[in-house]
Amino acid sequence: MAVRLITDNCTGCKLCLRACPYGAIEIVEGKARFNEHCTQCGACASACKFDAIVLETSYTPDVDVTQYRGVWVVAEHLTGLGASGAHFRRGTLELLGEGRRLAEKLGVELSAVLLGDGVEPMARDLVAYGADKVYLAQDPVLANYRTGPYTDVLAGLINQHKPEIVLISATPQGRDLAPRVAARLSAGLTADCTGLDIDESERLLVQTRPAFGGNLMATIVSRHARPQMATVRPGVMKALEPDPSRTGEIVNVPVHLDERSMLTKIVEIVQLDTDGRVNLQDAEIIVSGGRGLGKPENFTLIRELAEALGGAVGASRAAVDAGWIPAYHQVGQTGRTVQPKLYIACGISGAVQHLAGMSSADCIIAINKDPAAPIFNIATHSVVGDLFEILPALTKKLREAL
Amino acid sequence: MNIVVCIKQVPESTEVRVDPKTNALIREGVKSIVNPVDENAVEAALQLRDQHGGTVTVITMGPPQAEEALRHTLAMGADEAILLSDPASRGSDTLATSYVLAQMVRKIGDVDLILCGKQAIDGDTGQVGPGLAERLGIPQVTFAIGLEVTDGRLQARRVLDDFFEVLEVKLPAVVTVVKQINDPRHPSMKNVLKAKRAEIAKWTLADLAADPKQSGFEGSPTQVLKVWPPEKRSGGRRLEGSAEEVVDELAETIKGMKIASG
Amino acid sequence: MDFTFNEDQQAILDAVKEFCDEDLAPKAKETDEAAAWPAENVRKMAELDLMGIPIPEEYGGLGMDFLTWSAVGEELSRACTTTGAVYGAHALALVPIMQFGTEEQKQKHLIPLAKGEHIGAFGLTEPNAGSDAGAVATKALRDGEHYVLNGTKIFISNGGEAQTYVIITSTDRSRGARGLTAFIVEKGTPGFEFGKDEKKMAFPSLPNRELVFTDCRVPKENMLGRENAGFLVAMRTLAVGRIGMATGAVGVARAALEAAVPYSHQREQFGKPISTFQAIQFMVADMATEIDCARLLTWRSAWLKDQGKPFEKEAAMAKLYASEVAMRTTTKAVQILGGYGYTKEFPVERYMREAKLFEIVEGTSEIQRMVIANHVLRELNR
Repeated sequence: MAVRLITDNCTGCKLCLRACPYGAIEIVEGKARFNEHCTQCGACASACKFDAIVLETSYTPDVDVTQYRGVWVVAEHLTGLGASGAHFRRGTLELLGEGRRLAEKLGVELSAVLLGDGVEPMARDLVAYGADKVYLAQDPVLANYRTGPYTDVLAGLINQHKPEIVLISATPQGRDLAPRVAARLSAGLTADCTGLDIDESERLLVQTRPAFGGNLMATIVSRHARPQMATVRPGVMKALEPDPSRTGEIVNVPVHLDERSMLTKIVEIVQLDTDGRVNLQDAEIIVSGGRGLGKPENFTLIRELAEALGGAVGASRAAVDAGWIPAYHQVGQTGRTVQPKLYIACGISGAVQHLAGMSSADCIIAINKDPAAPIFNIATHSVVGDLFEILPALTKKLREAL
Repeated sequence: MNIVVCIKQVPESTEVRVDPKTNALIREGVKSIVNPVDENAVEAALQLRDQHGGTVTVITMGPPQAEEALRHTLAMGADEAILLSDPASRGSDTLATSYVLAQMVRKIGDVDLILCGKQAIDGDTGQVGPGLAERLGIPQVTFAIGLEVTDGRLQARRVLDDFFEVLEVKLPAVVTVVKQINDPRHPSMKNVLKAKRAEIAKWTLADLAADPKQSGFEGSPTQVLKVWPPEKRSGGRRLEGSAEEVVDELAETIKGMKIASG
Repeated sequence: MDFTFNEDQQAILDAVKEFCDEDLAPKAKETDEAAAWPAENVRKMAELDLMGIPIPEEYGGLGMDFLTWSAVGEELSRACTTTGAVYGAHALALVPIMQFGTEEQKQKHLIPLAKGEHIGAFGLTEPNAGSDAGAVATKALRDGEHYVLNGTKIFISNGGEAQTYVIITSTDRSRGARGLTAFIVEKGTPGFEFGKDEKKMAFPSLPNRELVFTDCRVPKENMLGRENAGFLVAMRTLAVGRIGMATGAVGVARAALEAAVPYSHQREQFGKPISTFQAIQFMVADMATEIDCARLLTWRSAWLKDQGKPFEKEAAMAKLYASEVAMRTTTKAVQILGGYGYTKEFPVERYMREAKLFEIVEGTSEIQRMVIANHVLRELNR
C-alpha cells in the first residue's frame, strides 16, 4: 500500500497538511511534499479535493511477511466504568488475555493501541491485563470514536511498526473500524472470531468463526497479507487476572489532528433508555423474559431476579414486539447476540431466532410451563414449572444467600 | 439524489447442511431471497427518493440467478438494477467484493449515497460496506437506524451497544442500515408487472475496467481452510420435584458458579 | 387445457401471498375483533394496486382479467376474511360502472375506485326486497335535471365507508323488475344518510349498513345504464358478485383446512397424533377434495367471463357449491379441533360463523339453484 503524490494536480491548498496526523506534509514551492514522518496512513488522500493524492490499495500477495512481528490489540475504552471496574469494554480485556497466549506461542511482544483524549491514566490498566507495550495516541479529535481519524492513526501506526497480528473486539465500534483499516491496508480480515490459534509451522493465525447465523463454522487464514486482522466476539476469550505489578512500556505517539479536516461530525450521543443498570453486551448474567410472562407488569419478576444476581435484563422478540420492554433488551437473531456465563430464560419457548442470540451462553437455565418448549433442548438445567412461583422464591433465596 | 443500493442474494434459511464427503454446502432445495436487511436498505433508498427525487439503482455481485433478487427490488420500486456476474469473481472475500462493487459505483458515476444492509445472513461479516467506502475514499456510517438528508449533508442516527449517536456527514457517503430502520414496502402490483418486463443490465469485470487479479480467489487475502457444522448443543438435565426443591437446587447451582454479585 | 396461471398472474399472486402472509394473516383475529373498519388493510391494498385489478389501465387499473381478480380475492380471504369481503364488495361498484358507465362516469368514478381512494358499494337489498329483487321500492322520480330518491337499503356491505354507491331504484313501479334504474350516488349527497350497522353472526368489522334516501337529489348524469334497464345492471353485477362470493368461500374453506391439519399433527390422543386416525384422515380428504372442486369451478367461471362467453350458470354453480363447501369444511375443522376448536383461542369457530354468510348473500343458495335449474332446463329441453 502506498500513498502517491500527483504533483501536477496539486494546488498547494494545504488540506492534506491539516489532515495529516503525523506532520508528514510540507508545502515546498507551492506543492505538497511528504517527509520522513509519513506512515502511509492515507488521511491526506481523503482530504485532497484535487485528485493530487492517490492511495494505492490494490491487494497483491507479495508482502514480505517476515517484516511483520508482534501481536496487537486495539483497545476500546468506555466513557464510564465497566462491570469489572475497568475502563475498557470487556472484549478488550479478553483479547489481551488471548493475545498474551498467542504472543507467547509466537515468541513476540503483545502491544495494545489506545486512541483517545485524556486517556493516559487508563493505559496502565492495559499493561495490568497483559500488554507489554501500549501505543498511546491522544488528540481532542480522538476523544470520541470516529471512523476517519481512528482509521488514519491506526493505519499509520500499523505501517510504522508492522505487527503480524491485529486483534479488535467485535463490538459495533470494532466492526466499523476493522474493515476500514483492513481495506486501507489491503489486509485480510476475519469477522467475529470465536477461536484463534497459531499454526507454528507456517507462523499463521488460524481463525475460527461462525457463519450462517452460527449453523456453520469456518476456519480462515491470511497467508500472504499482513497484518492478519481479526475481530473477535466478546465473551468468548478469557481475560487474565489483572496484575498491577506488571511492567510495560507506554509509548506516546505524537499525533496532531485537525477537526476541520473531519468529514464526519458527531452531533449527539444519547445514552439508551435501558431498563436496568447492567449493559446486556458485557453482562455475565442475563435474566430474560418472554411471552410466558403474560403481561408487561410481570417483567418486575425478571428485573428483581436480575438485580439479586447483579445481572442484566433480556427479552424475547415476542415480549419486545408486544411493547412490554424496550427493544434494547431483545436477545435473538434480530436483536442482540449475548455471551453471558449464565442465561436464565423465563417463559421463553426457545424459537430458533432467539436461540441464535443466546445459545453460546456457558450455562442456560430454562423455566417454562410447556414441557415441549424447544428451549429445553439446549438448556443446561431445565425446569418445567410455573415461573410465577419459582422466580420470586428464587430471588428471595438468592438475596438471602448472596 | 442518485442512490445506489448494494444487495446480496442469500439462501432463505441459515439452517445449512454440509455434504460430509466434500465439505461443500448443499444448495438444492434452498430458496434464495434478498438478504433481509438489504430490503431495509432498498426501502430507505426509496423513501429518500420519494422525498428528494432522483433515482435508486440496485446492484449486486453474484451468480446469474442473483437477477431474481434484483427483480424483487425493482418490484419494490427501484428504478434500475445492475448485475455483476463474472466467473472470475467466484471465491471473492469481502475485500475483493468491495473492490468490484467500488468499480461498479465508479462506472455508474455521479452517485450521492450508497446504502447497504448491516450484514448478510450467510457471511455475517458486515465488512463489505466499510470496505466499499474505503475503496471509494468516502465517509461511512454503520448501523444506521435513521437517515435524513438536507442540502447534500446526511444526518444519521446510529444504534450502538448502549447508546445512540447522531452523525453528520457530507455526501457522498456509504451507509449501512439495521433492520429496525424501517418496514420494507411490499411490491405493488404495478411494480411487480413492471419489474417482470424490466431490462436488468448485466456487467462483467471487463465492463468495469476492473483488474481481475483484484477479484475472486486471487484478489482475496483471506482463505477459507475448511467449513464444518458445529456440535449442536444438547439439553442437560431436568430438575424434578416441588417448586421449593427446584428453587433450592437452582440457588445452589447459581451460587456454585461464583459469578453472581447481588 | 392449461390449469396453470400465466407468468404475470403468478407474479401477482406470489406478491399478494407475501402481503397476505406477512401483513394480513398475523393480525386477522385482531382485525375481526376490533369491530371497526379495517382502514389500515384497505389503505395497504390500495397502495399495492389491488383495488382496481380488472379496471382498464387508462382508468388507473391493472387492466387484468377477472380470473386474476378472483384468485387475488381468494388469497385475501384466506388470510383475512374481513379484508377479502371488503375487496369483494368494492368490486360491486366498479363492475357496473365498467360495463354500463359513460366515458364521463368512468373518468369521474373508476379512476378513484381503481386507486382505492374511493371505496365502492352496491345497494340493491331492501327490507322487502331480498331474493325478490323485482320488489325494490326505493323510488327515483324525475324532477328537471335531477332524480329524487326516496327509500331505504339494508345490509349494504362497505356501507358508510364507501364513497361510491351503485343504487338500484324503481323508476316505474307498475313494471316491477322492468321498471328499475341504476344510479351512482356519492357519499355526502344531501338526503343520503346512513342508518344502523347490523350486528351479525360474524364479520363485525365489515359494515353492513342501512342507506336512507330522503328526497335525495341525484343529477341525471348519474344514471347508470338506460332508464328502466336497471335489472340488467343488477343481474350483470351480481353475476360477477357470485364469482366474488365463491372466491371468498374458497378462501375461508382453505383457511379452515390449513388450520385443522397442522393441529391434527400436534394433538395427541391415545398416545398418537390424531392425524393418524382414519376418522380425521377421511374428513381431511373430503375437505381437500371439495375445496379443490370449488376452486376449479370458481376459476372456470371467471375464465368464461374473461373469454366473453356466457358464465351466469357456471358462476351460480361456483357460488352455490363453494358456499356449501365452506360451511361443511369449516364445520369439520371445528370438529377436528374438538373442544379447543369451539373456543375463541383458535380461528376455526370464527371461520364457521363466517362461512354461513356465503350461503345467503348475493343470491341465496335457493336462488342459485333456481338460476342453475332455469339454464339446465332450457339447455336440455328438446
